[in-house]
Amino acid sequence: MRHHSILRAVTKFFLPYILLFGLYTQFHGDYGPGGGFQAGVIFAAAIVLYGLIFTPRIARKVIPYRAVYIFMSLGILLYAGVGVATLFMGGNYLDYNALNHHHPVHGQHLGILLVELGVGITVAAVVICIYYAFADRLES
Amino acid sequence: MIDIAVLLMLAFTAIAISRLRNLFAAVMLAGLYSLLSACWMTALDAVDVAFTEAAVGAGVSTVLMLITLAVTARREKVAKFSLPAFFVVLVTGGFLIYGTLDMPDWGDPEAPVHQHVAPRYLNDSYAEIGVPNVVTSVLASYRGYDTLGETVVIFTAGLGVMLLLRWRKEEKGS
Repeated sequence: MRHHSILRAVTKFFLPYILLFGLYTQFHGDYGPGGGFQAGVIFAAAIVLYGLIFTPRIARKVIPYRAVYIFMSLGILLYAGVGVATLFMGGNYLDYNALNHHHPVHGQHLGILLVELGVGITVAAVVICIYYAFADRLES
Repeated sequence: MIDIAVLLMLAFTAIAISRLRNLFAAVMLAGLYSLLSACWMTALDAVDVAFTEAAVGAGVSTVLMLITLAVTARREKVAKFSLPAFFVVLVTGGFLIYGTLDMPDWGDPEAPVHQHVAPRYLNDSYAEIGVPNVVTSVLASYRGYDTLGETVVIFTAGLGVMLLLRWRKEEKGS
């Protein structure tokens, strides 16, 4: 892809908007379509696009394998951690009402936000990780 | 009208994919198929599903299949016609069509799915959860366990791919 200057320019132009759209989908999932899963895939798609145009080797410099491994587990830990937090605050596992005893609805909001964030982080990391693993095969 | 047009295009794309011998073209058509099903999901008001289909089906999986093609072969080996396989496909297809016969009509308010917990979710979820998107409140709150399980499944998928495709490299590197 070294000579496709139009593709490279357009990719550079679009990349921040794709990432921003991913974040919008992540944090606006309560109000419109979307949520953690979709946001994670869109975020990862931006990295996949970057890897396609600027070779996977350069993409791995932006997000190295080590970061992908860490974020993969971090998302799950965040999700499960919210459940443990609700346990400690006197509710059932993943009962977000316990997060805010005065306003259960606010607790629900916070719980859903954190849980969706966990889903988004894990999904984005896993999709990037699968892409890296496939692209490695191509290079070797 | 739009439904029929999109469904016809889906059917034509599926037939074209099965007849193509050039795998590169088949993968591109599979991406198109995903995009068309995303359109159809939007027409059915399932925007969240359409979103996922467009991002995963048309986007990421097409890229993964293209990479796989680049590593393996570009053309399909022509398989010989096999009567037992044809028979199995025919019987399975027949059973699937038979299974749809006693399904309720689309949008039927008397359908079992609309009788069970759906009315409660639709009526009470805003007061209980305070989130306008019912899909999100069902997915993340009422069905929080299931979504946790699904996330673990995705995590396991990533782990599996890593173990299958990366272990040799790690060994060489160290």
